[in-house]
Amino acid sequence: MIIESCLEPHERKGLLRFLTCGGVDDGKSTLIGRLLHDSESIREDELAAIAADSAGAGGLDGNPDLSLLVDGLRAEREEGITIDVAHRYFSTAKRKFIIADTPGHERYTRNMATGASNCDLAVILIDASRGVRTQTRRHSCIASLLGIRRIIVAVNKMDLVDFSQDVFNRIRDDYLAFGAKLAGIESVEISFIPLSAKLGDNVVHGGANMPWHGGKPLLATLETVELAENRDFADFRFPVQYINRPNESFRGYCGTVAAGVARKGDEVVALPAGNESRIKSIVTFDGELELAPAGMAVTLVLEDEIDIARGDLLAHPGNPPATSDRLDATVVWMAEAALLPGARYGIKIGTRGVMGTVRAVRHKIDVSDLSECPAARLELNEIGRVDIALNEPAAFDSYRDNRATGGFILIDPVSNATAGAGMIHRETDSGLRRSAFSGEKHDSGDTIQP
Amino acid sequence: MANAARSLPHLQQLEAESIHIFREVAAAFDNPVMLYSIGKDSSVMLHLARKAFHPARPPFPLLHVDTTWKFREMIAHRDAQAKKLGLDLLVHINEDGVKAGINPFEHGSGKHTDIMKTQALKQALDQHRFDAAFGGARRDEEKSRAKERVFSFRDRNHAWDPRNQRPELWNLYNTRINQGESIRVFPLSNWTELDIWHYIHRNDVEIVPLYFAKRRPVVEIGGIDILVDDNRLPLPRAEPVAMKMVRFRTLGCYPLTGAVESEAATLPAIIREIQRTKNSERQGRLIDSDQPASMEIKKSQGYF
Repeated sequence: MIIESCLEPHERKGLLRFLTCGGVDDGKSTLIGRLLHDSESIREDELAAIAADSAGAGGLDGNPDLSLLVDGLRAEREEGITIDVAHRYFSTAKRKFIIADTPGHERYTRNMATGASNCDLAVILIDASRGVRTQTRRHSCIASLLGIRRIIVAVNKMDLVDFSQDVFNRIRDDYLAFGAKLAGIESVEISFIPLSAKLGDNVVHGGANMPWHGGKPLLATLETVELAENRDFADFRFPVQYINRPNESFRGYCGTVAAGVARKGDEVVALPAGNESRIKSIVTFDGELELAPAGMAVTLVLEDEIDIARGDLLAHPGNPPATSDRLDATVVWMAEAALLPGARYGIKIGTRGVMGTVRAVRHKIDVSDLSECPAARLELNEIGRVDIALNEPAAFDSYRDNRATGGFILIDPVSNATAGAGMIHRETDSGLRRSAFSGEKHDSGDTIQP
Repeated sequence: MANAARSLPHLQQLEAESIHIFREVAAAFDNPVMLYSIGKDSSVMLHLARKAFHPARPPFPLLHVDTTWKFREMIAHRDAQAKKLGLDLLVHINEDGVKAGINPFEHGSGKHTDIMKTQALKQALDQHRFDAAFGGARRDEEKSRAKERVFSFRDRNHAWDPRNQRPELWNLYNTRINQGESIRVFPLSNWTELDIWHYIHRNDVEIVPLYFAKRRPVVEIGGIDILVDDNRLPLPRAEPVAMKMVRFRTLGCYPLTGAVESEAATLPAIIREIQRTKNSERQGRLIDSDQPASMEIKKSQGYF
């Protein structure tokens, strides 16, 4: 019984996905290594391996170089730079964590956007001896554009500035002067922690060097930050992913509840066609459910035999998403060949695959301050506001309301490469409702920031 | 992914994410297959596939690439599971390798793994023209796996190009490929070893008994306890066969997989042991360390 009770907490733990952004010189790898090491997530054989490596690489002060713990591909070691997103995993008694460890260099903006897409929080590193730099602003803007609402600014290398509170305060003020722009747009919560990844201060343990810092260390902050969004987004959304039809008597619609709750007996509408029915049962391997909350992968059986296919979006009739064949979106461009008006791409939006044509590039976004600048095209790693026409309508929400139904990817029809990622904008409420039922086309002229 | 989903406990989130991945493949590919290596990760993967398609059976076959050097209990477990669950099980052996007498003793683990696993896998994928293959690899296992996509593109030669991977955003997986190309799909990408064990415990997933501690005949070869699983193992003269209380943390080819001394004979005991152990999971796997950047190179060549 004692054993049983110590198993339970692991199964009920929450999960926090966060990304870490910073350049090679900011000590990002050291910070992650320190987090893993001091939270006792590193096994002895792994530690022994890096101890051997750091002896070879001239490890500091005879201590193992913790950054080697998160060393990646051969190509990266050769170039001494992180190219691709790496995922790291660790748990504490309170929570399980997935770190998307993303590269800091401008050349890899797309990789950072990729890492950010599934995260709820970003840890942005600043080297205390260098202060807020262009890349700090860039990382913050990209995180904000991808919908991250919580930013922890980790002011690292405090040991290089004698753990000076003045230096820390100056950096915080600098950041806030620029961060007000982020916060003004999207109620981003920003907090600051002075730390030394190399020595361990304020990473897992507090340490004695910065008694003036009243806040929690980084790990304790990550352990206690709220997991669910405060926003009350109750609208039910269920992208139909797969039709399960093992025999004549069973027809189930498989998918993951993207938002809200599926309840037995609920009326649903299948969009974009608009057919309505009711949820007859919610089927799972472990038995039928009365309700399924957001995040669960279930199979819905409906009362009526209506025409539903993969790619349709089920919602409550009183609360439908927008349905349109036009997208107004912020696009992160990820392909070598530029995005140009007139070009055609495969669009994957929810579980729906359609073709889309770029109608116009409205402007480009300067990711160091979120300002708009005129542009006719988007080059690799550029971000801009784009109008896209779909060859058939799709149902969607604004990305701001729901990341699961407001994001899409663009696929090059020739190379099949993932060429870009888009985040759909909120449109006016009246336009949203109207378009859901009349299928009326409308040009959205609004310029609300992402 | 909706932020609202974050309130589910993490094992439920992982389960839902894996089920989503299975269904996406079933919906988007013509001819998928699940690589079934019989280990604990494959067992969880199989369980998740059954959940994803309930009340139907998984709409794809299982493929076991048999190097002919697997533990006997693994083969028995494989056959029993396939029969019990009514699964479509394909077994592929590289017959050229068998004819050439490839074995881990004379040819070394590197050559043995390449011919009997990597090349064998490619033969089977080509023969059946599979366009998507599920594998049970996890990102927490090894450095190069940490950079792997959930949907990982493979060219006509089954090669992985780590420098040129498709960006993967949200849960919007790019499933498009040209004729002859394929995607390796990893539904357990975000699971850790401990998650796997908790899930097995919670869901009564059946696993090979070799994971549980028992007195077994082992012989020390190169500092590692190897199970004397059959009479093909050349016994070193200096080392006697000893009966030891051991279990296996991972399962592969028996001459290349070290046993660990353990008293853990139940799932809760295994979980406690893993929480306390000082060594990482693949430490007993000789093929991971036969050259620097070993896994990255093997993956580039088509290994899972």
